Amino acid sequence: MKRPRKVIVIGGGLGGLWAALRVAEAGFQVDIFSLFEVKRSHSVCAQGGINACFDTKGERDSVWQHIVDTLKGGAYLANQPPVKSMCEEAPGLIRTFERMGVTFSRTAEGLMDLRLFGGVKNRRTVFAGASTGQQLLYGVDQEVRRQEALGRVQKYEWWEFLSLVKDGQGVCKGIVVMNLRTMDIKSFPADAVILASGGMGQVFGHRSTNSTNSTGTAACRVYQQGAWFANSEFFQFHPTAMLGDDKTRLMSEAARGEGGRIWVPKDPGDRRKANQIPEHERLYFLEEWYPSYGNTVPRDVASRAIWKIVHEMGLGVGGEDKVYLDLTHLNPGFIEQRLHAILDIYRKFHGADPVHEPMEIYPSAHYAMGGLWVDFENDETDSGMKPGSPRNHATNIPGLYACGECDYGYHGANRLGANSLLSASFSGRVAGEAVSNYLKGLQDDLQAVPEQRFNDEISRQKTINKQLTESQGMENPYTLHHELGELMSSQVGVVRNNTTLQEALSSLQDLGQRSQAVNLRETNTWSNQALVFTRQLQDMIRLGQVITASALARDECRGAHYKPAFDLTAPKDAYPGDPAYEAYRDAWKQQNKKWLKTTITEQSDSGPLISFQPVDLSVLPPEEPRDYR
Amino acid sequence: MMDKTIDLDIRRQDTPYSPPYWQAFSIPYREGHNIVSALMAIREQPITRDGHRVDPVAWEFNCMEEVCGACSMIINGHPRQACSTLIDTLEQPIRLEPLSKFPIVRDLMVDRSRIFSDLKKVRAWIEIDGAWDIHEGAPRISPEAWKENYLYSRCMSCGCCMEACPQYGPEKAFIGPDSLAAVRLMNNHPTGSYHKQQRLHAIMADGGISDCGNAQNCVRVCPKEIPLTTAIGELGRQSTLQLLRDLFGKTQ
Ligand SMILES: Cc1cc2nc3c(=O)[nH]c(=O)nc-3n(C[C@H](O)[C@H](O)[C@H](O)COP(=O)(O)OP(=O)(O)OC[C@H]3O[C@@H](n4cnc5c(N)ncnc54)[C@H](O)[C@@H]3O)c2cc1C
Ligand code: SF4
Ligand code: SF4
Ligand code: FES
Repeated sequence: MKRPRKVIVIGGGLGGLWAALRVAEAGFQVDIFSLFEVKRSHSVCAQGGINACFDTKGERDSVWQHIVDTLKGGAYLANQPPVKSMCEEAPGLIRTFERMGVTFSRTAEGLMDLRLFGGVKNRRTVFAGASTGQQLLYGVDQEVRRQEALGRVQKYEWWEFLSLVKDGQGVCKGIVVMNLRTMDIKSFPADAVILASGGMGQVFGHRSTNSTNSTGTAACRVYQQGAWFANSEFFQFHPTAMLGDDKTRLMSEAARGEGGRIWVPKDPGDRRKANQIPEHERLYFLEEWYPSYGNTVPRDVASRAIWKIVHEMGLGVGGEDKVYLDLTHLNPGFIEQRLHAILDIYRKFHGADPVHEPMEIYPSAHYAMGGLWVDFENDETDSGMKPGSPRNHATNIPGLYACGECDYGYHGANRLGANSLLSASFSGRVAGEAVSNYLKGLQDDLQAVPEQRFNDEISRQKTINKQLTESQGMENPYTLHHELGELMSSQVGVVRNNTTLQEALSSLQDLGQRSQAVNLRETNTWSNQALVFTRQLQDMIRLGQVITASALARDECRGAHYKPAFDLTAPKDAYPGDPAYEAYRDAWKQQNKKWLKTTITEQSDSGPLISFQPVDLSVLPPEEPRDYR
Repeated sequence: MMDKTIDLDIRRQDTPYSPPYWQAFSIPYREGHNIVSALMAIREQPITRDGHRVDPVAWEFNCMEEVCGACSMIINGHPRQACSTLIDTLEQPIRLEPLSKFPIVRDLMVDRSRIFSDLKKVRAWIEIDGAWDIHEGAPRISPEAWKENYLYSRCMSCGCCMEACPQYGPEKAFIGPDSLAAVRLMNNHPTGSYHKQQRLHAIMADGGISDCGNAQNCVRVCPKEIPLTTAIGELGRQSTLQLLRDLFGKTQ
């Protein structure tokens, strides 16, 4: 007898819920697994907005410009057909969100309003108050709840994905999961699995803007079962994150845009309160180094300058990793009105008022451009991605798909602001449609996978748990996580060099070993969070190795990956046509020949194995280097 | 001189089936601690004030920005979010207890799945033909209507309002103020209003709006300042009208 086809979706953020919705609408049964109620997923943190070209501001904005901005912003490293399709379909996607009831902010005429976001010239960002991600997620969450009421979707919340189960041909046919309350380990069969487990900022410990669910460990687990990572060295650091022991919180670019000034005391030993330090004893380093842009230099430039002040010049405030972001010289009424959301979050979480004392900030790990490698099928007719192709968003493990921040698809070497809510939603939809077509073409039946394969994997996982709970080592998993975060952000962070990366690799190896010798000090077998965390920690350390090995392999500066030893900058006072500039352009093209390639990382016994793949440049061949002048 | 500390008394429970007990902890004082970061310090060194090593305290959190709703608990007697509660604003020893209206999982963790099944009961969604582009968005919405709707759309299902509501509880059928607010939100969307009647009928059933005693506790504790009682007032009037229509056989 034929059983109805079933799909498993791991993750209930924007990516996962969109995928689940499209699979359910295609008439297949869906099981969603999530660490907690899907409504609490990290996607809710996004405040700023989501990009789509509506051209309702009289600026002649165009879809083509959105494509160009995305590709150039990503330093040409993204495969171009998927980017083209994403930008083309963005307005339709937003309209669908609007029909779902998302409360987008309105113009006086009742249309969706648009705002300007970093790195582009036109207003192209729709937003919902100061909580766009939350509103978007709730929109799809409601639709999925409706599918649930119709019996097409079943949710398994409070279950953590541990591993895949494959058949004899290596095709993914199910998963093994752990119940986070009872700690039971169980297997669930499926005809296809979609992984939408989000980002991996937690690899940088508390020096990240990400939520606790963004450990990247689910992706790391399928990596250990043969899936490839791609472009993992590309991590976006947000220059102005508010410090905290638990996490760092994003202070938007608007603070600098509205006149905020970044500075440090000239004497790092200065113990006076910020507002007692006289003007001439302060170093406004951005203004000094970049006289024309001053404090409004782009994100990556700002992050690198702060890095330099703290790490190379030893001028961090009080000798620590922090600098001041100062609004106190501005009119209080003005900033209250213009920067309300920022003031609010700083007051709420820091207990201090930025109107009266400067904020303390530091660059923080924000977004992973890299992730699981996924395929796409080229559409010959329009050089986009072929709609519905079962190749779209397929990983290299047959039957396993990936979407959302855990894939590497759309941002190349750097992501434009407000483009990742778009890629998470779009990729989820595409993955759902791809899987539906994959199922239609599937010949064999699930019953063909012997029960033994599931049982073997369950007992392997139980053994891991047993070893960890019985381990009598000396190490504390939470302390190790701090160490991992410090290591990653200081040695594999904003500025990189090969000697330090080599050292980081061996430190990570060492951390990995220590994470085996833990003592959980937890006797309770119910909701054992120390066990869950330690397993995640071990995978975060492995991910750290993937990121570091990829960073070591790429000897150039591109997007968010910055190795000053290989920097190539445009000659001063020379412009296209000048011999000096043309020589630079040639050097840039040479560099592209060598390095404009996707980094692929594969698991091997001796550590991460690196190789390179060509990038599909069929939409916008790289002719012009990025020029910020 | 004694170093400054942060003192917490935490109500603990090992499993859903075991009895609760209290434990006292002290951690070194640090500026800027909130309840989540304090609990992080305790899980790293779970030693009670009198020096016993115990199992780490279990609790829930994700966003640490007061937007996911995970970290609700009772802090010094008030239901609120742990991540946005700064230690410096609290009287010590700080008393932490799990929400009492939901089944306890362990320590400060509770099972709030009922919140989501109640949202299903009241059909808190908009019926769309499918999640594909129909080359048209929703009808226009005035900035004024948006402003009101937006207030409600920020409900993060945290459970604080239910904790404070005298009518809500494990033994009671009442769906709670958050589900009512969700109905208010869906009914005011231009196409969501097409199915207003179904939602009104859902809240006119047992455990619906008539169970609200108008105690106003809910609106006082909501961390998102959602005007719950305004929504309940509006829905009260609408359900009365609906009742009359039902009696006289008219639709909408
Ligand atoms: C502070 C902040 C602000 C941002 N602002 C913006 C913005 O303004 N605009 C923009 O475009 N982007 C923004 N981003 C980025 C954007 O929010 C994310 O890239 C996007 O939401 C990721 O969605 P996702 O569906 O991939 O993952 P998530 O929303 O992180 O969901 C991951 C899901 O996977 C589940 N999961 C994870 N591991 C497991 C496991 N092992 N087993 C079972 N389930 C698991 C979790 O339970 C969760 O449901 C921001 C990010 C941050 C940190
Ligand atoms: S007003 Fe109604 S819902 Fe709110 S607390 Fe009182 S009884 Fe509960
Ligand atoms: S209405 Fe407020 S208190 Fe109640 S669940 Fe929603 S956010 Fe929490
Ligand atoms: S951790 Fe998300 S609301 Fe507190």
